[in-house]
Amino acid sequence: MVIWIILLTMTAAAVMAVLWPLSRHHGQNRQVDPNTQFYRSQLAEIERDQEKGALLPSEAEAAKAEAARRLLRANGQQDAGFVAVGEPALRRRRAASALALSVVPILAIAIYGAYGSPHFQGGAPIAIKQEAAKLDFAAAVGQIEAHLASNPEDGRGWEVLAPVYLRMGRVDDAVKAYGSAIRYLGPEAGRLANYGEAMVLAKDGVVSAEAQAAFEQAVALDKSSAKARFYLARAAEQDGQIEKAKSAYSDLLSTSPADAPWVPVVREQLSRLGAPQSDAAEAGAPRIGSDDIARMVSGLAARLEAQGGSAEEWARLMRSYAVLGQRDKAAAAAKQARQALAKDEAGLKTIEMMARELKLTDAEP
Amino acid sequence: MLVEAGHFALALALGLSLIQFIVPLWGARTNDPVLMGVAPASALAVLACIGFAFLALTTAYITSDFSVLNVVENSHSTKPLIYKISGVWGNHEGSMLLWVLILALFGAVVAVSKNTVPVRLQANTLAVQAAITVAFLLFILIASNPFTRITPVGEGQDLNPLLQDPGLAIHPPLLYIGYVGFSITFAFACAALIDGRIDAVWARIVRPWTLGAWSFLTLGIAMGSYWAYYELGWGGWWFWDPVENASLMPWLAGTALLHSTVVMEKRDALKVWTILLAILTFSLSLLGTFLVRSGVLTSVHSFAVDPARGSFILGILVAFIGGSFALFAWRAPLLRQGGLFAPVSREGALVVNNLFLATACATVFIGTLYPLALEVLTGEKISVGAPFFNLTFLPLIIPLLLLLPFGQTLAWKRGNFLGTAQRLYAAMGLAIVATLALLAVTAGGPVVAPLGIGLGTFLILGSLNEIVTRSWSKGTRLAVAWRKAAGLPRSAWGTAIAHAGVGVTVIGIAATAWGVEALGTMKVGDRLKAGSYEIRLERLVPRVEANYREDVALLMVSHNGRELGNLETMKRLYVTRNMPTTEAGIMTVGLGQVYASLGEIQSDGSIGLRLYYKPLVLLIWLGALVMAAGGALSLTDRRLRIGAPARAKVPPSSVPAE
Repeated sequence: MVIWIILLTMTAAAVMAVLWPLSRHHGQNRQVDPNTQFYRSQLAEIERDQEKGALLPSEAEAAKAEAARRLLRANGQQDAGFVAVGEPALRRRRAASALALSVVPILAIAIYGAYGSPHFQGGAPIAIKQEAAKLDFAAAVGQIEAHLASNPEDGRGWEVLAPVYLRMGRVDDAVKAYGSAIRYLGPEAGRLANYGEAMVLAKDGVVSAEAQAAFEQAVALDKSSAKARFYLARAAEQDGQIEKAKSAYSDLLSTSPADAPWVPVVREQLSRLGAPQSDAAEAGAPRIGSDDIARMVSGLAARLEAQGGSAEEWARLMRSYAVLGQRDKAAAAAKQARQALAKDEAGLKTIEMMARELKLTDAEP
Repeated sequence: MLVEAGHFALALALGLSLIQFIVPLWGARTNDPVLMGVAPASALAVLACIGFAFLALTTAYITSDFSVLNVVENSHSTKPLIYKISGVWGNHEGSMLLWVLILALFGAVVAVSKNTVPVRLQANTLAVQAAITVAFLLFILIASNPFTRITPVGEGQDLNPLLQDPGLAIHPPLLYIGYVGFSITFAFACAALIDGRIDAVWARIVRPWTLGAWSFLTLGIAMGSYWAYYELGWGGWWFWDPVENASLMPWLAGTALLHSTVVMEKRDALKVWTILLAILTFSLSLLGTFLVRSGVLTSVHSFAVDPARGSFILGILVAFIGGSFALFAWRAPLLRQGGLFAPVSREGALVVNNLFLATACATVFIGTLYPLALEVLTGEKISVGAPFFNLTFLPLIIPLLLLLPFGQTLAWKRGNFLGTAQRLYAAMGLAIVATLALLAVTAGGPVVAPLGIGLGTFLILGSLNEIVTRSWSKGTRLAVAWRKAAGLPRSAWGTAIAHAGVGVTVIGIAATAWGVEALGTMKVGDRLKAGSYEIRLERLVPRVEANYREDVALLMVSHNGRELGNLETMKRLYVTRNMPTTEAGIMTVGLGQVYASLGEIQSDGSIGLRLYYKPLVLLIWLGALVMAAGGALSLTDRRLRIGAPARAKVPPSSVPAE
C-alpha cells in the first residue's frame, strides 16, 4: 500500500511540473530578442577590442560593417510577437493541460504495470544471511581450487572437492575430481563407487559402460559396497535384464542392515520392478511425470521418423527409450537411425557408440 | 521499495518526455509562449525523474541488493566499492540509463540558459531532444529494463573482469558525454531546420556544445585507447577495431563540425553544411551505439548479444537518421546562404579541412561497415584491419596535417597563400632541420619516425607561430610581447594549444616505429632483451585475492646494465566467472615505456613473455589531453566573436582578429 502512495505522489509531482508553466501569465514576460541583442553586443565588443588595440582601425571598420549589416537583417525578421491571450490561447492551454493530465499518469502506470513489480517483497535480510553463508562456501572452494592448481597431485584435495562440486551442480568437474582422486590415491571401493555415481549423474541417469566398469571394480575390491551394487542392479535393469536386476536388488536388501539409509530406496525399486508397467520413470531422475517424458519421447520419435534428423537426435531418442526401460524400442530406433544415416559415416559412428553404451547389441533379439 | 520507485520514475520520465516533445512544437507553430514555456519545465522534471532512477539503481548496486537481476548479473558482494558504483554502467542496461541521464542533464542545461537562447529555438530544440529521450526510454523500459526483479539469490555473478578497472569508472562517462553532447547540436540543427532560420546567433549557442562534446569525446577515446593498451596485453594502442572506429567516426565528423561552426559564427557562412555535419555527427554517434550495443560486433563492449535489442536500436537509428535527413532535404533549401569568401582564405582552408575530415570519416565508415554488410549478404567473413586503414586513412590525414598550420595563419575572407607561407618559414625550417638531424642520428633505422616527428614539430611550431606573430614583431621588447600574448583571446590560445596537441600525438605515433619487441620462453634467472632494455625473471609467485587469483612474474628491468627497478606482470583468473585476464607490467621511463606481458605458463615452470620498449609512447595520450585542454580553454572564452574580414586593399600580412 505504501508503495502506491509513493508512486501516486510522484505522479502528482510530475504532472504539476507541466501544469505549473501552463498556469503562469505571460503578458509581461517579453524576452529581449536575443538575435538583435547578439549583434548589438558584437558591435560593442568590436569597439572594446579597438580601444585595447587588439584590432587595427581598418579591421574594426570592416568587422563593424559586417555586424551592422547582420543587425539590420535581424531587425527586419524579428518575430511577429508572441500571442498568449484570447480564446484560442486559452483553449490551447486547456488542451495541453488535459494532455499532461492524461498522458503522464496513463503512460507511466501502463508501462510500470506491464514491467514493474510493485508487490515485490524485499527479501533483503534473508538474502544477506544466505549471502554470508554462500560467501564462505564459495571462498572455501576457491581456496581449495587455488591450492590444487599449484599442487595438482594432492589426491586428498580432489577427494574433498569432488562432493562439493556435486552439490554445486558442477557434475563434470566432480567426475574429473573423483578421477584425479583415484589416480593419485589409488583405487578404493568407496572412491570408485562415488566416481561411478558422478558419471551416472553426468549421463542423466544412464549407467554407462565406463561407470559400470568402475562399479564392478568397486565390488571386486569390497563385496559389501552398497552403492556400487545398487548401481550395478540398475545397470542390469537398464540393459533389460529385469530378472537379474530384481535378484541383485533383493541380494542387496538381504545383506543390508535393516536401518541402512538406502533400504527404502531399494525396496521402492523392487516394488517398481514387481509392478506390471516397467516403463515408469526411474527414481533417480527429476520428478517429471512419466507421462510427460513418454509424450516428449514419442514426439521426438514422430518427428525423426517423418522428417529425419541429426545423429545426435537419433542418439538422444535411443537413450530416452533406454532410460524409460523400453529396450526393444531403443533397438528399433537404432535400426531406423542406421537406415536414415546410411550415408553419414560420422553419424553412424555416433549411433554405434550410443548403441554400445546402452548395450543394445547384446539385447537385440 | 526504492528500486520500484526508481522504475516508476523512469516510466514517468517517458510520459513527461512525450509532453516535452508535443507541447513545445505546438507552441512554436502557434506562436504561443505559454506552450513553449512547458519545454524548460518538463526538461527539468525529466532530469529529476531519470536522476532519481539512476540513484535508485546505484543504491541497489552499493547495497548489493541481489533481488535486482541487473545487480545479480553484474555485481558481487566482495567487489571493491568503486567497482560496485562503476558496475552500474558496466553493463548494457545500466549504460543505457547513463546515456539517457546525460541526455536529460544536457536538456536541462539548455532549459536553464534563459536569456541567451531565443525562446522559439529553445522550444524546438528541447522538443527534438525529447524525441530522442522518448526513443531511448522506450528502449530501456521495454527491451533492457535495469529494474527487473527476481527472487533474491545469495550472490552475484560478478562484473566482467576486464571491466574491473579504474578505467571503467571514467571511460564510458567521458565517451557518453561526448556522444550525447552531439545530440544537443543535432537537436539545435533540427530546430533550426524546423524554424527555417539559422544565423550567427545559432552558431554562438551551438559552439560551446560542440567544443565541450568534442573535448570529452577526445578524452574518452584517448582513455579507451590507453585502457586497451594496458589491460588487453597486446602492446598496441589502436587496433582499428570496429568498436574503436565507432567512436572515431563521430570524432572525425565532430572535428569537422567544430571547425565549420567557427566559420559560421564568425563569418555567417557554410550554414547548410554545418547543419548537415551536426546531423551526421550525431547519426554516427547513434551508429556507434548501435554497433556496440546490438551485439553485431563481439567485443568487451557487447555486454549482451540480443537480436531484439539490436533491431530496436536499428529502428531508433533509422527513424532519427532518416527523419533528420528528410527534414534536411525538405527545409535546407529554405535557409539563406551567408557570407562569401575567396577560395584562398581562412574559410577556404576550413572547407578543405572539412572535406578531408569527412572523407577520412567515410573511409573509416567503409572499412568498418563493409565487412559487416558482406557477412550479412554473402556469409563471407573478411577482416579489414590496419593495412586497409594505413593505405586509405593516412594519405588523407597527412596532407590535412601538413596544411593545418597554413590554414591557421590565413586571413578571413581573402588570404594570400604566399604571404602565409612566408610567415611559416621559421616553423618549416626548424621542422626540416629537426627531421634531417634525426635522420642523420638514426641512420639505418625506420625513416617513418623522423618524418613523422618532423611533421609533429611543424604542427607544434606552426601553432605557436600564430601566437608569436600576433604578439611580437621585430623590435618589440619581450615584456611587451608577453603582455600582448597574454592579452590574446583565450580562444586563440585554445586553438594553438589544441593544434599543438595534434602535433604531440603525431610525434608519439611516429615514434612507435622505433619500438622494439622481444619474445621468449623464460625460466627463473633467464634474461630477455629488447633494444637497450633488459629484464631478468626474478621469481614466479601465485597470489590469491578476494575475487581472483593470479600468477605473478616478478621482473627486474635494467638499462645498459643499470638496474631500474621491479616490474610485475600477472595472469589472473577471476574465480566467479572462471575467466582469465592478463595484466601487463608497465614501467615508465621518461616519456617511453617498458611493457611486459605474461604469456602461457608451461608445466615445467617456464613462462612465455613478451617484452616491448616503446619510446615516447606516452605522447600519444598526452597529445590527446593537450587537445582536450585546448578545447576547454577555448570553451571558457565567451567573448562575441566576429572574423574581421581582410579588405582587398589591406596588405596580406595583416593580422586576422578573433
